[in-house]
Amino acid sequence: MSGILAILQTLLFIFLAPLLAGWLKCCKCFLQNRKAPSLLQPYRDLLKLTHKQPVVSRQASWLFVISPYIIFSATVLAAAVVPLIAVDLPTASAADVVVLVGFFAFARFFLALAGMDVGTAFGGMGSSREMTISSLAEPAMLMAIFTLTMTAATTNLSFAISFVLNEGVVLRPSFFFALSALVLVAVAECGRIPVDNPATHLELTMIHEAMILEYSGRHLALIEWASQIKLMLYGVLIANIFFPWGIAELMTPTALLYGLLAIIGKLALLAILLALSETLLAKMRLFRVQEYLSFAYLLGFLGMLSHIILEIAR
Amino acid sequence: MLLSLAYASVLFCFMSGFVSLLIRQRVRVLKMVDYCCARRPLWRRSLYDWLEETHYPQQIQRTAFFLLALAGLFAILAGLAVCLSQAVVTDQLSLGLPWLPWHVRFDSLSGVFYLIIGIALIAVAGYGPGYVKDYRDQDHPFAVLGLCSGLFIAGMLLVLLADDAFFFMIAWELMSVASYFLVSFQHENSANRRAAFLYLIMAEVGALAIILGFGVLAAFSDDFTFSALREAGLSPAWASLAFVLALFGFGMKAGLVPLHVWLPEAHPVAPSHISALMSGVMLKVAVYGLIRFCFDLLGDIHWQWGVVVMILGALSALGGILYALLQTNLKRLLAYSSVENIGIIFMVLGLSMIYVANGHTQLAALGFVAALLHAFNHALFKNLLFLGAGIIQHQVHDLNMDMMGGLIRRMPHTSKLMLIACMSISSLPLFNGFVSEWLAFQTALQVGVLEDGVLRSLVPVAAAALALTAALAAACFVNVYGIMYLGKPRSHHSEGAMECEDTGMLASLGLLAGLCVLFGIFPGLIINVIDNVSEQIIGHTLPNPGAAGWLWLTPVASHKASYSAPLVLIGVLIAGMISFRYLRRDADMVLRESETWDCGFGGVTARMQYSSSAFTMPFRRIFARVWRIDEKIDQQTGPMPDQVTDIHYQLQVEDHSWKGIYQPVARSVNRSARNVARIQTGNIRIYLGYSFVTLLTLLWVIS
Repeated sequence: MSGILAILQTLLFIFLAPLLAGWLKCCKCFLQNRKAPSLLQPYRDLLKLTHKQPVVSRQASWLFVISPYIIFSATVLAAAVVPLIAVDLPTASAADVVVLVGFFAFARFFLALAGMDVGTAFGGMGSSREMTISSLAEPAMLMAIFTLTMTAATTNLSFAISFVLNEGVVLRPSFFFALSALVLVAVAECGRIPVDNPATHLELTMIHEAMILEYSGRHLALIEWASQIKLMLYGVLIANIFFPWGIAELMTPTALLYGLLAIIGKLALLAILLALSETLLAKMRLFRVQEYLSFAYLLGFLGMLSHIILEIAR
Repeated sequence: MLLSLAYASVLFCFMSGFVSLLIRQRVRVLKMVDYCCARRPLWRRSLYDWLEETHYPQQIQRTAFFLLALAGLFAILAGLAVCLSQAVVTDQLSLGLPWLPWHVRFDSLSGVFYLIIGIALIAVAGYGPGYVKDYRDQDHPFAVLGLCSGLFIAGMLLVLLADDAFFFMIAWELMSVASYFLVSFQHENSANRRAAFLYLIMAEVGALAIILGFGVLAAFSDDFTFSALREAGLSPAWASLAFVLALFGFGMKAGLVPLHVWLPEAHPVAPSHISALMSGVMLKVAVYGLIRFCFDLLGDIHWQWGVVVMILGALSALGGILYALLQTNLKRLLAYSSVENIGIIFMVLGLSMIYVANGHTQLAALGFVAALLHAFNHALFKNLLFLGAGIIQHQVHDLNMDMMGGLIRRMPHTSKLMLIACMSISSLPLFNGFVSEWLAFQTALQVGVLEDGVLRSLVPVAAAALALTAALAAACFVNVYGIMYLGKPRSHHSEGAMECEDTGMLASLGLLAGLCVLFGIFPGLIINVIDNVSEQIIGHTLPNPGAAGWLWLTPVASHKASYSAPLVLIGVLIAGMISFRYLRRDADMVLRESETWDCGFGGVTARMQYSSSAFTMPFRRIFARVWRIDEKIDQQTGPMPDQVTDIHYQLQVEDHSWKGIYQPVARSVNRSARNVARIQTGNIRIYLGYSFVTLLTLLWVIS
């Protein structure tokens, strides 16, 4: 039963991700006084891309062609181990939260290699910047997550979330730090303003788009989809770790329905906040990003220290 | 029985060394054949055929490496047998001085390192014949290479067997000195001689520290055997002194920051299979030495030692990977990356010491297993990387990464194997490097059990350093793989590079890569072996995973943390297959090949690509204080205003420790040498005076 639920939940994750991207775009357009595309536009884009013939550079090797599949699979697997609507997730024990970070690293490794494969200046630039940013963001994320895992005394996400649920509303200074760190990291890792601008092509400051410039057709669809799933993953992590209330603890249909509604509500709210910040902030210069990310690292680290110093019961 | 396997492996190493001495002695060998086969003409004929003049040197080389492979095989057998049976065998060899027989002991700790050496040896033995056949025997005699390799490996194996301080030091010196000759093997370049000399000095200074460490222990016991040293009751102060000396000595061999400077000099100049052995295996022997000295001989571990080891480890890990990132010479980069990995091993070992000192033996066992597992994994993927670097050097005639590119099309097999190596060392899930790093994180995350507040806040710092190290390592090896194998070739040599055609070389790379994947997906296989060591040394094992244990990795308890690589693999395969099938459903949608997008300007050339120095530029700016960077841009202006005709860019990265530590030390050594030299006037009368005074003093002392 729970196995089927895990698969259904993963599918839900995969198929809700473009909706979140569409909603985010709607919110941004509304805030910027533009006419919004339909909520379903990302689905149409993906579908259109899968029907287009992919063009591959003569310079590209086999790595370029299989990378989208690897990136997509790693991201889907990451989605499979994060509880979405129900706490009890059997897949969470196959890969704990450290492995989750490992999945992101796996996808990024191939994305960066694919960027360098065709031998253009753009690809190398994007890969170099992506690896720079992620090598600062990944430890910050681990620090934030370690604060949670040390509080819950487990690295299994399912158990950790149910621990937070059972504790009830407890004000923990460490969680405040960890939440801020995770939000900063999520913005950086998903390539949003102020770190990267997802809406531009051919701008010298772009990062993610520079790496995937050579992709087209179904390959591009997979990569775009993977990055939408990644955005939703970070959203779900923030929502379900720090505000887990509403997530289904029992396997009854009503509880699951409430769980679904709760996560949709939380993600919608997070998207509004993200759209707001993207509208208010301007993109940073690349070499300011390190200050931003070291701040996130520091916050995560402070979270861990404040947990150790203040919160461990003597 | 167990010991005879171990002895056999040592013996085969010596035999391999002596067989390689025969490479120019064909006439004598034939005489010997005549003598031995006087009554069996058939044997004689076939031996004569086998030793035919044209391929005689190759036959000798093959025999030497075959003997090394046998040594490796026996080492694996001995290691596995002793680990699985958990036996402790001791023996005495009546070699050496009459009243000082050599004591031998073979237990599971030695067994694990036998296993590491054995696997590396088999890979090297498969790789060697193809690699050495291009050395011209006049310039680079195989006799020297083979003899020193045999002695070097035998030395390492004997260090692991030693059960008294004398024998340990003799074997240790055999290993150090033999490897000095291997580093200086290509001695026609002055840089190589300098690197070898630096290595020799540091190895000997380290050996002195180890001898002093044993001396401190021996002062409190009545004998030099390890069993007597174990009984020595040291006061905490003396024990700490012994520990510091041992840490200095073994740390110098292992390449801990700031004692690491010989590594990036010595590794690039040695032949590739030797650098693979030095980096993959010899550094591990130093780790073995420290474990033997601290956990076994000293016993009673203080938490302060753990803190020191952990901090030094964290510094090495971070420093190593940051320096590796900026190197453009592949083998230098790999050497710095070894510093990083040794740092990780020491960091986790330090954690384990902290837990031992605080009485949490189960967590200590976890840290210990993580450290040994990382040592094992590092031996696998670093050997693979060094052997791969050897192939590249062979085919591209260069080690400068900025001169390569596009090798993935030219070297299809090697590039796949190297991709596995890069993924393992970047600790990506499903590969072996990830497992040990995951265990290291799990060890650090259990810090809540410690009583001491300072310790509890110190361990997370180590975890933070480990997280940063892992992320930087991934960036470093994306750089390595992306620059060397992907993109367009940046030089003629890399454009004309061909795939290595020697099956032995490719097979040994394949063996190592296969083991990286195997132990990444089924880490339980090797963890069960290492567990026995932690039972012997720490007195505790990892919790029993229960049924279907091969599927799960549960270091503490199943509700605390678990990882199942086989399930992850199945998940990835399902997701990949479904997306692949679904997207390929339309048969007309085949890929269309076209030119690379060049923004409409046309003519994308290889020089427009990012080079490795360009790739690491953001890191250079962010962590600018870490290195001593000398960056120069020379611009030649043309006749037109603001016209630039020529740009030269120079980048030099130097280690802080040279200027900070080594140059002052070298200066003071020189200064004291000059002072001592004052008594050498060259005047015979003064020398006679010295003798006279010495004689008088001695007479006075005796009376």
